[in-house]
Amino acid sequence: MLLAAILLVPVCMSLVVLVSPLRRWAGWLTVLAMAATLALAAAAVQATLGSGAVSGAAGWLVCDGLGALIVVLVAFVAFTAAVYSNGYLRRRASHALSDDGGSYYPLFNIFVASMLAVPLMANVALLWVALELTTLLSAFLVGFESTPEALEAAWKYAILTTLGAIIALLGVLILYWGTRIAGEQAFTWNELIAAAPAMPPSLVWPAFLLILIGFGTKVGLVPMHTWLPDAHSQAPSPICALLSGVEVATALYVILRLFAVLNRVPGSEAGPWFIVFGVLSVGVATILMVQVRDYKRMFAFSTVEHMGIILLAVGIGSVDARFAAAYQITAHALAKSFCFFAAGLIVLALGEQRIAAVKGLGRRAPVAAVPFLAGALAITGMPPSAVFASELLILKAGLARGQYLVVGFLALFIVIGFAAIMRHATRMTFGKEVDMAEAPVGRPWSAGAAPAACLTALVITAIPLVALGLCMPAGLAGLLNLAGTAMGR
Amino acid sequence: MQAPSTSLLLSIEALASGLFLLTALGTVAARQLLTCFHLFVWQSILLSASAALLGLALSSPHLLAVAAITLATKTMLIPWLLRKTVHDEVYRIREIDQVLNIPTSLLLALVLAGVGYVFFVEMLRGIAVPAYALVNLPIGVAVLLLGALTLTVRREAVAQLLALLVAENGVFFAGIAIVPNLPAIAELAAAVDVPVYTLVVGLLTRRIHSELGTTMVGRLTALRED
Repeated sequence: MLLAAILLVPVCMSLVVLVSPLRRWAGWLTVLAMAATLALAAAAVQATLGSGAVSGAAGWLVCDGLGALIVVLVAFVAFTAAVYSNGYLRRRASHALSDDGGSYYPLFNIFVASMLAVPLMANVALLWVALELTTLLSAFLVGFESTPEALEAAWKYAILTTLGAIIALLGVLILYWGTRIAGEQAFTWNELIAAAPAMPPSLVWPAFLLILIGFGTKVGLVPMHTWLPDAHSQAPSPICALLSGVEVATALYVILRLFAVLNRVPGSEAGPWFIVFGVLSVGVATILMVQVRDYKRMFAFSTVEHMGIILLAVGIGSVDARFAAAYQITAHALAKSFCFFAAGLIVLALGEQRIAAVKGLGRRAPVAAVPFLAGALAITGMPPSAVFASELLILKAGLARGQYLVVGFLALFIVIGFAAIMRHATRMTFGKEVDMAEAPVGRPWSAGAAPAACLTALVITAIPLVALGLCMPAGLAGLLNLAGTAMGR
Repeated sequence: MQAPSTSLLLSIEALASGLFLLTALGTVAARQLLTCFHLFVWQSILLSASAALLGLALSSPHLLAVAAITLATKTMLIPWLLRKTVHDEVYRIREIDQVLNIPTSLLLALVLAGVGYVFFVEMLRGIAVPAYALVNLPIGVAVLLLGALTLTVRREAVAQLLALLVAENGVFFAGIAIVPNLPAIAELAAAVDVPVYTLVVGLLTRRIHSELGTTMVGRLTALRED
């Protein structure tokens, strides 16, 4: 009942905000629905901590540690993004949006529902459907501003990730075939793990590769990442926070689940694959970050980097590393949504996404500059950000397993990423204003000009982001442990 | 009257498989969007026939349901959706605009299909596999690869959508042979998914056309690394 309610609340709200008399309140109704969803997700976490896993809707929905972690993160970022949207959309609507926001909130709600469905689906074939729906329901949100760039990004996003999903579908079907050959009936993660020792390796490996390529496209793993910086930089900022903070994590979730399956197939080890794809993504993304010219694009590349770090952490293969990977998923969701909220403030203040055009941000719009710089420090892993703590744990876990080369590369790339982002961020904040005819001169964009809803969303996100970097509450530690266990039984 | 024997049904199915692969090659070679679209409809009919034949031969009600759903969604619902959303793009005579010329892409297609086919035949060696799976799975993979190739080389929005649909047909063609007993709810969900993405991509095409005045998505290159 609880798990079904998590999905039903946003689905119902997406219908409610279609009703015309209620449209005026759509923004705040959505905040209400997301708050309710977050409360239900917290209850699901509580139940999972108590019993290890809960199921609902006659066994069609399940929630174990990893599922609960993803659900609560999606619900949290969706809640803050809903709050943020109320400030952002109203301000943008006056000049940039062709739409009055009529389709924004219905799509927002149903998109959140599809993301929540991914970790809750018990049947892997239905999970595939949910994951494909996350793309289809968000394509119009990506192209929402209807600029040529936004539509180009939406097109690439819809077409490439759908092709990825089709490739992954073949992998999913082959896995199901393998489960049947091994004598299991149902097609759930547990049955899949139970069946793994009896599955023919020559079936499991092609299936894994198809899923890695297919859903890896959606995660943005290099070399299938090309659409990601486009979509994650052209969508409205609250949607960027959802896409980069949690949507990629829902796709990564499927690949992480397969780790436990693959390691049980006789004579096979998944670790090296995870490490190779992880290091490749981290390396390429950080190097591309050095030369970006758009600050939202910079954060989008940072998402590719972090997905690589998580994949690599799981590939290290120890219990500590899996715990650290789950921690990193959490820290990244918080830090990245914070970064995009801050970037959104700059878009509101100056209407520009080019790094060169926002120099002197500290003077021109201090209220946007402070969170932006804070976000840049948080995502690159400066203490007290939770990203610092999680990356440190991953490096330590790697050293403990004797993976010196991998740890060396990871540390090097993290430093390159730090240097790249900080170079751009300091130039934007403190750099000398280039003389631009249309740049507003004189009165800076003051604190009073920033929408209160946007600032509220930033504060709500900052609290756990810093708190989790300073201490680890027992409840979260328990959840991360359960999530780690789910990745590596 | 005696029921047709299983082996007869299976050999007709193998024939349908060959034609299925041919329609996919046809979409690579087609010069007109409308031809491409008609080939997709024929391909869907062959997919449906193949599912029905396998369903009869294996007496699997699931596959008969797949056959019916495929026929309903891919030969009726999707053409209707395309007519509603992107009528002009499909039904006006249009030459397809490609990055590679057609003979080169056809050659590439043959190589890709061959490699995919051989790889999966090798993969199935050593597992006790029914003969029909040995036909359907490699052909399905080959068609998936052909769809992905067509998607890459074509610049026009609707041509890219048709390529996706062809790739999807390939995966289902493999699927009906290897998992003849997928739970009905998954079949239904998959049947809903295809029309939904046709609708979404179709509407997106219309939006791009109205905002930018073109559907040459391959020529949109504002977003790239410098």
